[in-house]
Amino acid sequence: MAVLHSAPRYAPFEGALETLSAALGAMLLSAKEEHGEIVLTVKRESIEDALRLLRDSHDYQQLMEMAGVDYPDRPERFEVVYMLLSLTRNHRVMVKVSTDEATPVPTVTTLWPNAGWLEREVFDMFGVLFAGNTDLRRILTDYGFEGHPFRKDFPLTGYQELRYSEEDKRVVYEPVKLTQDMRQFDFMSPWEGADYILPGDEKAVAAPPPPAPAAVPTPKTTDSPKDTGAGAKADAKAAEKTDAVAPAKVEKKAAAKKPAAKKPAAKKPAAKKSAAKKKESGE
Amino acid sequence: MSGMMLEESPTTSGEKISNYTINFGPQHPAAHGVLRMVMELDGEIIERIDCHVGLLHRGTEKLIEHKTYLQALPYFDRLDYCSPLAMEHSYVLAIEKLLNVEVPIRAQYLRVLFAELTRICNHMLNIGAHVMDVGAMTPNLWVFELREDCMNFFERMSGARMHHAYLRPGGVHQDVPLKLLTDIGDWVDKRLPELFGDAMSLVMDNRIFKQRNVDIAVVSKEDAVRWGFSGPMIRAAGIPWDIRKSQPYEVYDRMDFDIPVGTNSDCYDRFMVRVQEVYQSARIIKQCLAEMPEGPVASLDRKVVPPKRAEMKQSMEALIHHFKLYTEGFHVPAGEVYVATESPKGEFGVYLVSDGSNKPYRCKIRPTAFSHLQAMDFMSKGHMLPDATAILGAIDVVFGECDR
Repeated sequence: MAVLHSAPRYAPFEGALETLSAALGAMLLSAKEEHGEIVLTVKRESIEDALRLLRDSHDYQQLMEMAGVDYPDRPERFEVVYMLLSLTRNHRVMVKVSTDEATPVPTVTTLWPNAGWLEREVFDMFGVLFAGNTDLRRILTDYGFEGHPFRKDFPLTGYQELRYSEEDKRVVYEPVKLTQDMRQFDFMSPWEGADYILPGDEKAVAAPPPPAPAAVPTPKTTDSPKDTGAGAKADAKAAEKTDAVAPAKVEKKAAAKKPAAKKPAAKKPAAKKSAAKKKESGE
Repeated sequence: MSGMMLEESPTTSGEKISNYTINFGPQHPAAHGVLRMVMELDGEIIERIDCHVGLLHRGTEKLIEHKTYLQALPYFDRLDYCSPLAMEHSYVLAIEKLLNVEVPIRAQYLRVLFAELTRICNHMLNIGAHVMDVGAMTPNLWVFELREDCMNFFERMSGARMHHAYLRPGGVHQDVPLKLLTDIGDWVDKRLPELFGDAMSLVMDNRIFKQRNVDIAVVSKEDAVRWGFSGPMIRAAGIPWDIRKSQPYEVYDRMDFDIPVGTNSDCYDRFMVRVQEVYQSARIIKQCLAEMPEGPVASLDRKVVPPKRAEMKQSMEALIHHFKLYTEGFHVPAGEVYVATESPKGEFGVYLVSDGSNKPYRCKIRPTAFSHLQAMDFMSKGHMLPDATAILGAIDVVFGECDR
């Protein structure tokens, strides 16, 4: 692919990949050249030897940078990337190792004194341990900070927030309270690998439900009137034919009055009964 | 205090004097920001320095992972707020390297022109601050005049004095008016050499200034390489390493400029390297102004660079591109690159990992100050307490960048 971009151009180093791969030999796991960058993945245990070899025999004198990267899906989730620079060859190469939360990476402070802070930063941000680094303190986060903020499973908001408390006259730490949701807009095109579900799409994802009546747990039957779902019978009065010529206003009034009018009607049977009782007692 | 040497005091008979530990910063005018140095002193001699950085840590790299590539750009202005364009430069070049997109030649000239103006602007601040740290007031006020001029140019370039967000993947945001270019030309020809020359004539051969800086914090060539020095720090050690020259990006390979190097590798050399770099930057600016061709200022690849607003009002396709690029943004092919440019303070690098989506998977920023500040301990050992400010001033450290 023709180089169109205007990023820094190193000195050409023909066959760099082959030369360095051959030199690293058994220490090398994989090597690739992509986007004009040479990336050498080496065994974790032999990182110090590999970098010493590159420094002493291949003129990569400077360790410019160390970066941690978190890939939570991998069995060894962390990558530690060392960027080497050769001042004499005018060339750069990246060397990688992978590790997990528990397995330490051998330190390279023995090779470059400035690796100390770089390792501290990777430790602080990702929790990668470096065996042999005598000063593996946190560096960028707060005094007494817990957790490793650049891990992918660490929330952007963090867990603790601090403020100056006027009552206590000091800075207090509190759990993060958000007064509104974090504004996380994902504008990925839904057709090109967005990892969220558009509203309504969850219906499409589920298998089309077969219209099988057997799937319904209790078949609906109407054996008795109460199964119909209908309420009690309408009042007998509702069946009465209203006067067709009556004006709508009057009808409304009548409807409103109805409950009041109903009472005496409901009492009637009781009254009858008591009358009957009276009759009986009177006899 | 355990494990420290107790010694007989020459003045108080019989009393033991032990080393003591003091805090330098985090709020100290000579700390250039929020640097806390725990210093172990033997009298006034520095025995050990433990730098505590990170007081300005804002989690920029984490925030960038949650933004699209374009939205992440303004974070870079806020890293080293003294040279914002240099920070943007590494980032846009990293994106362009992954995308392999071509930047029009006029945009490359504009980038180089304003990157060099940024270098002058940054050095004005550092030179002034360094001079003031060791006791001189006037030169700082004078070079701040020049810095103010730079700021005004930046304002006319992008609308913002400090946080420009001017460099965009694929080019620059907008073209500059011709009057701005002619004004910069006049300024570089007349005002800069006059005022800067006057200010520097006050300090360069000044006895007090030399007493405070010469032979302070001498670093050998080997140590400069081992500690990962870059920029003026490694050049002062006598190594002519400049990424603009050795790994040219943009149109730096067309520019004719020299790399000033030091001979003694002390604070005075670091200072003088910066002074000379200002003149070299002025040379580059003049060449840019003379050679800059007409043409587009951003790539015409509509999958990366949004169309102009006027075009958007007329063309449906432009409207769609505009909308998609400002909401979803462009997708960057999967891969990883490390791009480092010569910022005024040294090598500023961006390690960008893309997973093929519209957001960076990981964006590691290499601050220049990290390796320099780490060497503070070994550079200051055996020097006096007031030398620490001179050493710190000569490092040129800005905590927005160091702590990210």
